[in-house]
Amino acid sequence: MIKKGYYGHWGGAFIPEILYETFRELNTFFEDVKKDQAFWNEYVQLMSTYSCRPTPLTYAENLSNRFGGARIYIKREDLNHTGAHKANNVMGQGLLVKRMGKKRVIAETGAGQHGVATATMAAKFGFDCTIYMGEEDVQRQRPNVFWMEKMGATVIPVTDGSRTLKDAINEAFRDWVSNMDSTHYVLGTVCGPHPFPEMVAWFQSIIGIEAREQILKAFGKLPARVYACVGGGSNALGIFQGFMQDDQVALVGVEAGGKGLASGEHAARLAGSDASPGVAQGYKTMFLQNSDGQMLDTHSVAAGLDYIGVSPILTDLWEKGRVRFAAATDSEVMDALELTMKKEGIIPALESAHGFVQAFKEVQNLGKDEAIIINMSGRGDKDIFTIANAYGDPSWKEFIIARAEQYKK
Amino acid sequence: MSTLEEIIRTHLQDSRILLMTHLVLGYPSFEVNREVIGQMVQNGVDLIEMQIPFSEPVADGPMILKANQESIAKGARVEECLQFAGEITKEFHIPFLFMTYYNILYKYGLEEFINRAYDLNIKGFIIPDLPPEEGREYLDLVRKQDMAPIQIFAPTSTKERMQRLAENGAGFIYCVARRGVTGKKTDFDQDFNEYIRRCRSATPLPLAVGFGIRSKDDVDFLTGKADIAVIGTETIRLVDEKGAAAVGPFIAGLR
Ligand SMILES: Cc1ncc(COP(=O)(O)O)c(C=O)c1O
Repeated sequence: MIKKGYYGHWGGAFIPEILYETFRELNTFFEDVKKDQAFWNEYVQLMSTYSCRPTPLTYAENLSNRFGGARIYIKREDLNHTGAHKANNVMGQGLLVKRMGKKRVIAETGAGQHGVATATMAAKFGFDCTIYMGEEDVQRQRPNVFWMEKMGATVIPVTDGSRTLKDAINEAFRDWVSNMDSTHYVLGTVCGPHPFPEMVAWFQSIIGIEAREQILKAFGKLPARVYACVGGGSNALGIFQGFMQDDQVALVGVEAGGKGLASGEHAARLAGSDASPGVAQGYKTMFLQNSDGQMLDTHSVAAGLDYIGVSPILTDLWEKGRVRFAAATDSEVMDALELTMKKEGIIPALESAHGFVQAFKEVQNLGKDEAIIINMSGRGDKDIFTIANAYGDPSWKEFIIARAEQYKK
Repeated sequence: MSTLEEIIRTHLQDSRILLMTHLVLGYPSFEVNREVIGQMVQNGVDLIEMQIPFSEPVADGPMILKANQESIAKGARVEECLQFAGEITKEFHIPFLFMTYYNILYKYGLEEFINRAYDLNIKGFIIPDLPPEEGREYLDLVRKQDMAPIQIFAPTSTKERMQRLAENGAGFIYCVARRGVTGKKTDFDQDFNEYIRRCRSATPLPLAVGFGIRSKDDVDFLTGKADIAVIGTETIRLVDEKGAAAVGPFIAGLR
């Protein structure tokens, strides 16, 4: 018996027996498409027609001047169809589902971006679609719920546990163990049982492949550092893979610092010291859990980062010292977001803004002859309620109150 | 043959089908757990699986999920569960098993947990998220202590897969009656008969059937096909609705 899907001693496939055959089949199909250049070509072709690949690398001149250090480049994953890197993974898995001949897809979603991307894919490919979303996230990301339903997906609010991403993942698994014959579970990040971490990382590697080429063309040499926010870790691994072999490029993952690492209300697994090794949701990694092994409630202003675990691939790279981790607090995130909007006219998602925070902290220390890349995993439009609320924007409040009055009539 | 299997085989000489019941430790409280176990043992239950609650019980349906979460929310700790288990095995003389998820063992320290369970006179483990591929060390440690690492068959398991699982198991095989999670009704139909024949042909170990068993009719149907009928969610529902005292008559009416 060979243990598959390990990265150092992280990863694995801790699955119930009922899913054994389903995973065997999935592994077989994935191994096949990995070797099939035509499959990758079809994927790239689809992403360049249905989405906007290659996404641009934007030189943020005003921000660069403001800080006076290295040049800041932004990889624009927000310009994907549906507004985030999630589309890459979802369309890739969609092509795989077509090959497997399944007719229904399910997914978990935190921020709703992965759910929206899955709903579009299902609409395009003609699959039935059910999305599980923590009740708390339904509240935080209401516009995304609206779009998922409009595209024909059924959105099921999850009321168990902490009512966030981890609980949505549990419910998706519970659906899958009942309906595996017809259904594929489109896991949204580089976590869960093998082959998901490897498979999602493979589809997301398209970000790094493009970014490396683009920075060499725009700047003439490799960046000194690459920054990305880390929820499960898919956008980060996506861009990092383009620079993994380049030892001179520092890779920096930024986790949710929430109300501060000392407050206990955060989702920093690798940047803080609260996480410990564990096995849950089908894989082994560093989890935020208590001394009994019960998972803790996490907190972040960004629903997509509000999660107990982190990719086993990233945990291994962290342990080996290849990826460095930092955390950004909720309030730092709001400041970075505001600055980016004012200086560049670009609206990062709350998740993505975590990467901006750490980049802004460090960019001054680098010379003008250096460059950095920030992976902007998604656009912030979806967060309008949360962002407007955090700023306490008075005219927005008036508007909402007036609208609510209209609906009451 | 493991001690657990010997006990089961001895019981099977007097009874055509054995009953195994399940409960979640700390739900609704340890006191009620004790009362429920008393009722079960007095009314002829042959084995009991005690579930140590875990915050992410992916293989469990809404009822047991809620029991896990409420037990933890009320402050049940792993250490308390272990001490309670020790008291129970002293008081009641039937085989007791631990059912839980792998992280509880992993976090405690695998070897420490298994040795502790041995000291508590626990006869075996049911760990639904630990397939043999991931559980080498666990399997070796459990068997070294003559305890049973119960393996699980599912309707989706091929005969080859079942044979491989059985090689790694001891005590008995837990056959999940249908797809899905705990707590929903099972239709015992032609597909099920075919499945149980496949299970039987894959291993000489006793077969327990669980998921969706609620009534005397279900137990009657399994008699002659399986060796052990497992009642899980139904007693939790009963305790929720009618209290611990209702468990005894329910159990007594099953055979
Ligand atoms: C825009 C955006 N960025 C980042 C994330 C975090 O996920 P990951 O770490 O897998 O990229 C999410 C997840 O929902 C997201 O929507």
